[in-house]
Amino acid sequence: MTLDQFVQQFAEQFDETPANQFTPATDYKSLEEWGSLTTLGVITMVDAEMGKRITGSNLLACTTIEELYNFIQRV
Amino acid sequence: MKSRFSLEGKTLLVTGASSGIGRCVAVECAKMGARLVINGRNQERLNQTLSMLEGTGHQAIAADLSDHEAVSAMVDQLPQLDGVSHNAGVTSIGMIKFIKADDWQALSQNNVFSAIWLTRCLVAKKKLNKPASVVFTSSISGNDSVRHGEALYAATKSALSGFAKAAALDLAPQGIRVNCVHPGMIETELFHSSQDALTQDLDEMKKLFPLKRFGNPEDVADGIIYLLSDTSSWVTGTELKIDGGYTLI
Ligand SMILES: NC(=O)c1ccc[n+]([C@@H]2O[C@H](COP(=O)([O-])OP(=O)(O)OC[C@H]3O[C@@H](n4cnc5c(N)ncnc54)[C@H](OP(=O)(O)O)[C@@H]3O)[C@@H](O)[C@H]2O)c1
Repeated sequence: MTLDQFVQQFAEQFDETPANQFTPATDYKSLEEWGSLTTLGVITMVDAEMGKRITGSNLLACTTIEELYNFIQRV
Repeated sequence: MKSRFSLEGKTLLVTGASSGIGRCVAVECAKMGARLVINGRNQERLNQTLSMLEGTGHQAIAADLSDHEAVSAMVDQLPQLDGVSHNAGVTSIGMIKFIKADDWQALSQNNVFSAIWLTRCLVAKKKLNKPASVVFTSSISGNDSVRHGEALYAATKSALSGFAKAAALDLAPQGIRVNCVHPGMIETELFHSSQDALTQDLDEMKKLFPLKRFGNPEDVADGIIYLLSDTSSWVTGTELKIDGGYTLI
């Protein structure tokens, strides 16, 4: 999955935040909709679409979507 | 004076005994005088539990309870039983849109079919004494409340509690009582792995409990001991919530 596709998939886990607000540099934890449901959405998306297991702590440790993408490449 | 909750003279099967709630149930039941057969999949952790049990005559049988042939083979090896505490179970957290076709099969095999088939084999092979008590460790999830991402898990636990009620009715003529405990959040391995997936702030979460703490395995074991003991001899088909008041609000 490319970085652009990842950003798009990431955005799809949000129901209220418009997709155009998501870029590789987005600090996702500062988004109003960030919470347990979106955390769960991202974790299960990464599992289903990328075959990688990440945890809530991993999500807390990264800041931008690009940083998370790079982290997942190393898992 | 002998405790009203004494399990002296009783032989019990405890599943899920290699970890968490099941391990604690085994340890506490042995303290109350029971002779135990314990089950789990991981032989090493199961043997650890065996070494923690007070008294003598206990036995460990490793078997994967999601495999019906393994359950039948295990039941053949069992002595006559006065009670069963079935704790084997796995968790699953995920979003509905990402459910895979075989997820349900795997989870329900583990959390529901294991209980159904175990009960079926125990009854068919006449391994349960009259009277006997069967206690399933279900959950508040799916029965009393749910949290995000628990759809599949909740479905298995409500199926398990539904089965327990039907079994309570069908097996009453044979003197077999069947009950469930519904634990809330209990601090075990399973709890910590699922909390990490959700990144909950644990201190914030504790505030959601009127009694201001998570449960510990002993809280659940005590409820199970009540249901296994003769003190509950007129109780069948019930669901005992052990959740620190979580589902009151
Ligand atoms: N912890 C909670 O907050 C909580 C809340 C409500 C309900 N519950 C329920 O309580 C039960 C025990 O949970 P826990 O927290 O003690 O979990 P745990 O520490 O992960 O222990 C689960 C136990 O089940 C056994 N097991 C799982 N699948 C099995 C299978 N197919 N065959 C044989 N054994 C199997 C495991 O054996 P191995 O490790 O040897 O494979 C282990 O001994 C579960 O049914 C769970 O759903 C837990």
